[in-house]
Amino acid sequence: MTAATSWTIPEVRAALDARKISARELVKEFYTRIDHYNPELNVYLALSPERAYAQADRIDAAIASGDALPPLAGVPLAVKDVISTRGIPTTCGSRILEGYKPVYDATAVTRLEHVGAIILGKTNCDEFAMGSSNENSAYGPVRNPVAIDHVPGGSSGGSAAAVAANLATVSLGTDTGGSIRQPGSFCGIPAMMPSYGRVSRYGLIAFASSLDRIGPFAHTVRDAAAVMSILAGRDPLDSTSAGAPVPEYTAALGHPLKGVRIGIPDDYFAEGLHPEVRKKIEAGIALLEKLGCRRVSIRMPNTDYAVAAYYIIATAEASSNLARYDGVRYGARVPGATLIEMYQKTRGRKFGAEVKRRIVLGTYVLSAGYYDAYYLKGQKIRSLIARDFREAFEKVDAIITPTSPVPPFRLGERTSNPLEMYLADIYTVTGSLAGVPGISVPSGKTSKGLPVGLQIYGPAFGEERVLQLAHAFEHAGGANL
Amino acid sequence: MKISREDVLKVAALANLELTDAEVETYRGQLDDILTYIDKLNEIDTSNIEPMTQVVAASADGWTLRDDVVVRSDVITEVLAGAPDPAPLYFRVPRVIEK
Repeated sequence: MTAATSWTIPEVRAALDARKISARELVKEFYTRIDHYNPELNVYLALSPERAYAQADRIDAAIASGDALPPLAGVPLAVKDVISTRGIPTTCGSRILEGYKPVYDATAVTRLEHVGAIILGKTNCDEFAMGSSNENSAYGPVRNPVAIDHVPGGSSGGSAAAVAANLATVSLGTDTGGSIRQPGSFCGIPAMMPSYGRVSRYGLIAFASSLDRIGPFAHTVRDAAAVMSILAGRDPLDSTSAGAPVPEYTAALGHPLKGVRIGIPDDYFAEGLHPEVRKKIEAGIALLEKLGCRRVSIRMPNTDYAVAAYYIIATAEASSNLARYDGVRYGARVPGATLIEMYQKTRGRKFGAEVKRRIVLGTYVLSAGYYDAYYLKGQKIRSLIARDFREAFEKVDAIITPTSPVPPFRLGERTSNPLEMYLADIYTVTGSLAGVPGISVPSGKTSKGLPVGLQIYGPAFGEERVLQLAHAFEHAGGANL
Repeated sequence: MKISREDVLKVAALANLELTDAEVETYRGQLDDILTYIDKLNEIDTSNIEPMTQVVAASADGWTLRDDVVVRSDVITEVLAGAPDPAPLYFRVPRVIEK
C-alpha cells in the first residue's frame, strides 16, 4: 500500500470504506508530514488543526454509524491564502493583512467542506496573487518540491507544491493570468482554470475582478474533475457566477477521442519558446494524435498583444481593488499625524515591491489623459483576443499550447527584470482575457528532470472536453514523454 | 522617456502610497520599460472595435440578479476585533475635522 499522503480521492475513499484508516488518522499523517517538510518548502502559512480534526471526527462518526458518505469525505484540502476562511488567518501573502481573520468562508470553501473535504491550512502565494514565481510573498518563497532550488511557479505556488509534495490530497488556487496553470506546470501536476463565471468568486480576495478564477490542483485529472463538480455552479452571492447546468465532470472521462479536433496555433510556437519545452509539447501533440485526435493548424493573430493588454487591465483593476487596504478596518496600520498620512504610510510600508509597482502602473493607466490610450485600448485588444478564441473554436474542439515558454527556473534567477517575468505569461494570459477554461497537464520532463506542462484550452463552459482530453493524455503516459 | 519622476509622484499621491526616493527612481525606470513595451498595441487600429469590459456579457446564459433582501449578519463584534484601532461600535482614525 502506498503512503496515505499520496493517495488520490478514490484511494482515500476506498481506505475509509475499508476502515484501513480513520479520517482523524489520515489528517494526523498529513500534519506529521507537514511538520517535517514545511520548514524547508514553506508551503503553508497557517494550519487549521482544530477545524480539520472536528471535520475528521464528523466523517468518522458518519462511517461508524453507517451513513452514506458525501463525495469528498475525508479528503485533505489546502487553500490558497487569498481565499477567505472564517477564523483562519488569511494574509494574501502580504504584511498589510498580517493577523487578519475573515469572518466568513468563501463559497468554494463552504461547498468543499459541505461534501466532506478537510481543510488542513492556508498556502503561501505571491502577494495578492501578483507574480509568477512565488518570490513576491512577504513570508518568503515556496520551494519547488520537484527541484528544491527552483521556484514552484506562481502565484499559487504553495497550493501547487502542497499537492506535489503530498502535503494535501487536493488544493485550491486562483488564476488571474496563469496563476493556477503555470505552477501546476512547474510542479508537474494537473491544474485547472475553469471558465470565468463557472466557479463563485465570493470570498476570493480580489486582484482583478474581471479575470480572477478559483480552481483545483490534484494528483490526477480525475481528482481535479471531482473537485470541479463540487465547485461549479451558480452562487447568489456572486452575480457573475453562471447558471449553466453543471455536469458530473468525472462522467466524461474515458470517452474515446476519435475525431476530436485539436487546434495548434502557430502563433504560440514562435520565438521565445524554450527548445526543450517545444520538444515535449510536440511529443504531447503527437500522443494526442495517436489517441485519435485530428490536428488542425490554426491562427490566433492577436496573441502577440495579449501580455500588454493583460498588464493594463489587470493592474488597473488591482489599483482599484487594493484601495480598500487603508489601515482602517483590518490588517496592519502604520500611524500617521493625519488620516491621509496614515493611509500613505500604511500602504507604502506594508505592501511589497511588486504590489506597489502594479498599483502605480494601474493608477497611471486609469488616470486623466491616459485612460483612452491605455485602459480603453487594452479593453479593445481584449475583444480581439476573445475573437481569436471564438473563431478558433468554430474550427476545433480544443486548443493545445505549452503552459509556460520556459521550464522552472532557479530562485532569484529572474527577479531583477519585471517585464521579462511578465512576458513569460504569454500562453496563459490569452485564455484569462478570453474567459475560457484551460488545464495544464504534465507533458514529460526536460533533460534536467524539470516538469513541462501542456495546456488544453476549451470553449467557454467546455470544461468537460478539456478534462476528457487531459485525462486521456495522462492515462496514455503524458507525464513520461 | 514615457514617464517622469513627477508622474510617478503624482500617481503615488493618487493611490495614497508613500514611496521612498529609491522606489520612485526604480519604479520610474521599470514603468518606462513596461509602457514602452505596451506601445506595441498602437500597431493595431482598434477604432472600430468595441471594448470588452467583462466576460459575462459575451456568454450570458441565464444570469440573474438575486432579490435585494436585507439579512442579519451579526459580525460587528468579530469585525471590530480584527480592526487595528477599534472603538466599538466604530473604527477609530486620526482626527479629520477640527473642532
